[in-house]
Amino acid sequence: MSGALLALEGLTKAYPGVVANDDVSFAIQPGEIHALLGENGAGKSTLVKMIYGLVKPDKGTMALRGALYAPTSPHAARSSGIAMVFQHFSLFEALTVAENVTLGMESPPPMKDLAKRITEVSHAYGLPLSPDRLVGDLSAGERQRVEIIRCLLQDPKVLIMDEPTSVLTPQEVAILFETLRKLSAEGTAILYISHKLEEIRSLCHGATILRRGKVVGSCNPREKSASELAEMMVGVALVPPARKGTAQDKVALNVENLSVASPNPFGMALKDVSFSVRQGEILGIAGVAGNGQDELLAALSGELKSAPASVDIGGQAMGATGPLDRRRSGLVAAPEERLGHAAAPDMTLVENAYLSAATRRGLVKSGFIDWKKTEALAAEIVKDNDVRTPGTHVAARALSGGNLQKFVIGRELAQSPSVIVVNQPTWGVDASAAAAIRQALIDKAEQGAAVVVISQDLDELLEISDTFAALNAGHLSKPRPTEGLTIEEIGLMMGGVHGGTA
Amino acid sequence: MIRLVKRPSPSRFWTYATPIFAVLLTMVAGGFLFAALGKDPFVAIKTIFFEPLFGKNAFYYRSQLPIKAAPLVLIATGLALGFRAGIWNIGAEGQYIMGAIIGGGVGLAFYPMETRWIFPLVIIAGAFGGMIWALIPAFLKTRFGTSEILVSLMLVYVAENLLASMSIGLLKNPEGFGFPGSRNLSQYVSTQNLEIWSGTGIHSGVIAALIAVIFAYVLLARHQLGFQIRLSGQAPKAARFAGVNPNRLVLICMAISGGLAGLAGMFELTGPSGVLSIDFNQGYGFTAIIVAFLGRLNPLGILAAGLLMALTYIGGDIAKSSLGLPAAAILAFQGMLLFFLLALDVLTNYRVKVKR
Repeated sequence: MSGALLALEGLTKAYPGVVANDDVSFAIQPGEIHALLGENGAGKSTLVKMIYGLVKPDKGTMALRGALYAPTSPHAARSSGIAMVFQHFSLFEALTVAENVTLGMESPPPMKDLAKRITEVSHAYGLPLSPDRLVGDLSAGERQRVEIIRCLLQDPKVLIMDEPTSVLTPQEVAILFETLRKLSAEGTAILYISHKLEEIRSLCHGATILRRGKVVGSCNPREKSASELAEMMVGVALVPPARKGTAQDKVALNVENLSVASPNPFGMALKDVSFSVRQGEILGIAGVAGNGQDELLAALSGELKSAPASVDIGGQAMGATGPLDRRRSGLVAAPEERLGHAAAPDMTLVENAYLSAATRRGLVKSGFIDWKKTEALAAEIVKDNDVRTPGTHVAARALSGGNLQKFVIGRELAQSPSVIVVNQPTWGVDASAAAAIRQALIDKAEQGAAVVVISQDLDELLEISDTFAALNAGHLSKPRPTEGLTIEEIGLMMGGVHGGTA
Repeated sequence: MIRLVKRPSPSRFWTYATPIFAVLLTMVAGGFLFAALGKDPFVAIKTIFFEPLFGKNAFYYRSQLPIKAAPLVLIATGLALGFRAGIWNIGAEGQYIMGAIIGGGVGLAFYPMETRWIFPLVIIAGAFGGMIWALIPAFLKTRFGTSEILVSLMLVYVAENLLASMSIGLLKNPEGFGFPGSRNLSQYVSTQNLEIWSGTGIHSGVIAALIAVIFAYVLLARHQLGFQIRLSGQAPKAARFAGVNPNRLVLICMAISGGLAGLAGMFELTGPSGVLSIDFNQGYGFTAIIVAFLGRLNPLGILAAGLLMALTYIGGDIAKSSLGLPAAAILAFQGMLLFFLLALDVLTNYRVKVKR
C-alpha cells in the first residue's frame, strides 16, 4: 500500500454499548473514487468523522501520503487537504453564495477576488454558479454546488461526500458525476458514501463494505451486480418485494384541483394537484425534497384543510374536514418526520399507539381512554411488525429509526384502512426494515387498499408503484403507469416538464 | 470539561428526586443567605420548616397550613393543565382578583337577604369571573395570535386597578366609616365560607382544592382531553396529526385555569380574608406558578408542593417576627426553591459527563 494516498490501519472506535468501528483498514489511491458501502448503523459516519477529525479513534492509525495523519479537528483535517461535503447543508439562506463560502474560510480573500475564483472554479468543473445569488433562491442541487465549490477552493487531496445524490434529480446526478470524474482524473481521491448501489457501480473504482462496524469485503463494484453488493452489505440474500398489479376499478381517493398554501414560511404551496387512486393501486409520487411533499401529506391527512370537493375519500367530499374525520372515512397517514410528527418522542409506545389509532380502533369510551385495549394494540403492532424494543412502555425516542418507522407504519396499517398515505416510508431505515415496510404496503394494496407513497427514493417507487407521478414546485405531473417509464422521462417529470404524449 | 448527554428515556429516579434535592439545596443556600444577614442559619431554617408544625404555637399554625395551601393548590392545578399543553397562563393573580370581585359582588347584591342558595351562586360567579378574565388572552391568542403570556400578565394590573376602584367605589361598605373595602363577607351568613371542622383550617376552598387535584389527576391519566393536553405540550405537530384542535385546547385550558383561580379568590374572600379591599391579593397567583413547577406539573405533586410552599409562607412570617428577617430574604428564599428545581430538572433528561 505504499502508493496509497490515504491508508487506514486497524481503526477502532467504541461507544458505550456498541463498537462503531472494529479494526477497519483500507486504502485509497490518488484519483480513486472509493465507495464506502453499508447499511444505516454500519459505522460509515463514525469512520468518516475520524478521517475528518471530528472523532478520535480508540486504536489504529491513518496515513496520508505515507506520513502519519492524526487530525485533532476538522480544521486540521482541512489544512491537511481533506474536505467533506455533508449530507445536510450548512448554508445561510439569506446570504449570497460568495458570503456563504467566506464563512467557511480561515482567512478569506477580498470578496471581489473570491467571487472571481468561485466563477472560475465552478466553470472549470461544470458546476455553473453565480457568486452573488442568494442561497435562498437556489435549488437543492445548486446548494450542493456551493458546498462542493467551498471544498474545491481549498484544493483538497481527498474529498469525502456523504450521500450526495439523495437530494438531486437524475439530471443533476449526471452533472455531479461528471464533476467527480473530472476531479478524479486530476488526481483527487474521493470517498463516496452511499447506499445507492447502481450509482456506486457506475461511478466508483473500488468499494469497501462495512457491516456492524467491520469491513466485510472489498471489491471492484463494476464487476459485481447490484444484488451481490446488497447481499454483502446486509449479510443475507434480500428478497425483493413481490409485486403484481392488483388495481381494481373503484376509485378510493380522488384529489381534484387541490390548492393549499403552506403553513410554513419556507414551505411550498400546492397548486392544482389532481390525481386519483383506485382500490388496490399504489401511486408513487417522486420529487426532490421541498417541492410540496409535506404539504401534500398534510392536505391528505387533514392537517391542512382545503375546498370540500378537492379531496374525495370513498365518494365523500372530505377536503374541509380535520384528521379525525378523515380517519373515520378510512384514510390513514404516516408523515415523514417520525419523531415529533408521527410519534411523540417522550411518550411510550402505548401512548403513541393511541395517538392516531384511537378513532378507528375504538380506544375511547365516553371520553375515557381504554389503556388495556391500547396496550394490547401496541403489543400487537410490535409483534406483527417485528419492532425491536424491550417493551411497549419505553419512550418512542429510545427506538432506532428503523424500528420506530416499523411501529409507525404498523400502527397505521393496523387500522384496516381503505386509503394509505405515506411520506418517505423508508427514509433512514436499514435495508431489511425497508424491505419489510414495502412488503407490508404491497400486502395492504393486495387486500384492496389504495396506497399513495411519497418518496425521494426513485428505486423504491419504481419497485412498488403501479402509477407514477412527480411533484415539482407544488405542481403534480400527470400520473402515468410505472411500467415502461424511462429514467429520462422520470427526470423530466421531476424537473417540471410534463410529458405530452401520455 | 463537563458535558450534558441526553438520556434515551427520562430518568425515573431524578423525576422524583429533584424536588427533594431542590428543597435540600434551598436550605443550604438559604442558610448562607441568612448567615450573611447575621442570623444563625440553623435557627432560621428550623424556624421556617419546623416551628409551624411542631413548635410552641403549632396548634394555631397547623390550621393555617390548609388555609394558605388551598388557594395555591387550586390555582396551580389549573395552571399545570395549561403548562402541560404549552399554554402559559401567567395571569392567575388577575383571575384570582376577578373571581373575588365577581363572586363577592354577586353575594353583596343579595345583602342582607338570608337564604342558603346565595353561596352556590357566589361560587359559580367566582369561577365565572376568573374564567372570563382568562378567556380574554385565550380569545386574543386564537383569533389574532397574540402571546397569552403577555396579555394574561398585563391583565393582572388591570384587575388590580379594578380591585382598587371597587373597594373605594361600587363595592365599598356603606357602613364602613369611609374606609376602603367591602362589607365583610365572612360575617354575612349567606356567603360565609367557614371552617367545616373548627380548628382544622379546612373550609370549602380546601375541599375544592382536593377535588380539583383528583379531577386533574384522572383527567391527565385517563381522559382523552388529558392525553391531548400532554401531547400538545410535548409534540405540537404530532398533536395536530392526531386531530387535536390547538385553538380549542387553548380556550379549554385557559378557561379551566382561570375558573380555578377565580374560585380560589372567591373562597379566600368569603373565608379567611372576608373583606374585598385594595390589598386583597397576596401574590397567590404568582406563587402558584412556582408551586405548579415544584409539583412537576403533576396534580399530586402540586398538592405536596402547595403544602410545602404554605409552610415556607407561615414559617417565613414567624422568622420575620421572631428573628427579624427582612421580607425580601423570605422571598429570595422561595425563589431559590424554584431556581434549584429548574436547574436540577436538567438531570431528568440529561446525564452529566465529566471529560478530561
